[in-house]
Amino acid sequence: MSVEVKQKEALFSKKNQKLLSDPFNDNNPITVQVLGICSALAITVKLEPAVVMSLSVMFVLAAGNVIISLIRNLIPNRIRIIVQLVVVASLVILVDQFLKAFAYDVSKQLSVFVGLIITNCIIMGRFEAFALGNGPWKAFLDGIGNSIGYGVILIAVAFFRELLGSGTLYGQPVIPQSWYINAETGTGFYANNGFFLFPPMALIVVGLIIWGQRAKNTKLVEEN
Amino acid sequence: MNVNSNAYTYTFATVMVVLVAVLLSGASLGLKSRQASNISQEKRQSILASIGIDVERSESDAAFTEYIKKSLTIQGGKVVSEDANAAFDIDMAAAIKADNMDRTVPLYVAEKDSETFYIVPMRGKGLWGPVWGFVALESDGNTVVGATFDHKSETPGLGAEITTPMFTDQFPGKKISEAGEFKSISVVKAGTSSGNYAVDGISGGTITSNGVNDMLVDCLAPYAEYFKNI
Repeated sequence: MSVEVKQKEALFSKKNQKLLSDPFNDNNPITVQVLGICSALAITVKLEPAVVMSLSVMFVLAAGNVIISLIRNLIPNRIRIIVQLVVVASLVILVDQFLKAFAYDVSKQLSVFVGLIITNCIIMGRFEAFALGNGPWKAFLDGIGNSIGYGVILIAVAFFRELLGSGTLYGQPVIPQSWYINAETGTGFYANNGFFLFPPMALIVVGLIIWGQRAKNTKLVEEN
Repeated sequence: MNVNSNAYTYTFATVMVVLVAVLLSGASLGLKSRQASNISQEKRQSILASIGIDVERSESDAAFTEYIKKSLTIQGGKVVSEDANAAFDIDMAAAIKADNMDRTVPLYVAEKDSETFYIVPMRGKGLWGPVWGFVALESDGNTVVGATFDHKSETPGLGAEITTPMFTDQFPGKKISEAGEFKSISVVKAGTSSGNYAVDGISGGTITSNGVNDMLVDCLAPYAEYFKNI
């Protein structure tokens, strides 16, 4: 093992800070790696589930990354994907069981995400690409960084979909009632765009975000 | 140690599976009673919510004894038992497997401001899992005073909207029978409902809305038979 010869690194060294900030822009899991798209489609109709999902992914990804990183030298190479799957699944189920017993209302909010978290490719992707080859602290930072990068996009997409699709933000109406077209009185000029409630609109919004990001950050643009 | 040898791989897999199994079943067994009490408190809370009584989950047991005067067990339109605990413990998931006129189902009789209400439990299929709810009827056994719905895993923002006031507030005032003939309340395409026997579904949540529609027909029918004779 080469641990002894390595110089001790500061907790928040430049390299470690990059682990946190990279997924935010240059290496964003959704807009650059295009991972976790399915959950970005499924739960971005409203802001609230998007926020809950982001927080849950943050917890599972950080904790799972640390666990995988701790046992990384013990995992047989040939069954590593199954081991990763077992770690995520048991972590999520365990948390769900505890919430059901001690924080029932939170668990009701979360129950629908359990399946979505287990199958979220970002989690498996980070275990495979990062936690298997790095120490626990770095893996923890990587988990937090990636889940923030994921959450930011999720919340941005949910913001537009909820605002334009339902005329609310976080369940609160924001479009004045008087703007809405009223067939009886013949007033108003505005109607919610129901198309935003459907998954294709999430893809289009993600696409627009990717476009905007690449226009600003040209090093992400591939050569053809 | 060679972590890639067959023997090690098998040992690792076995140890991991056993450890995880012990951990998960331990957690499940240890937390079961707390979870069960949360669930029955929540059931009492939603039964009360259907007649417009909002209580905290922790206070629902006391409020339930205060408002719910009788819990009957109904089969084929007739009362077969008046044992309150037996009625409350009926597992709707199992009960709805029987044909709807043969099944044994509970009916809660509530009294609020000296008016009598009948609360009908229901359960059906959504898109991803079960949906269930309670519909409260006035003493005529026909006019709806309130409804609550819940679900296991419908899509947030789409099917899951059946739990919100936007959907449930349409129910008060609707009727389930016309001139003694059972009609049920249909859940129709959003924005097209009219009259006393239809409510708007959720746009983008069509399969869940249809599930609620089928559940209403299926679960109200046996009670409509009973209400004919009250």
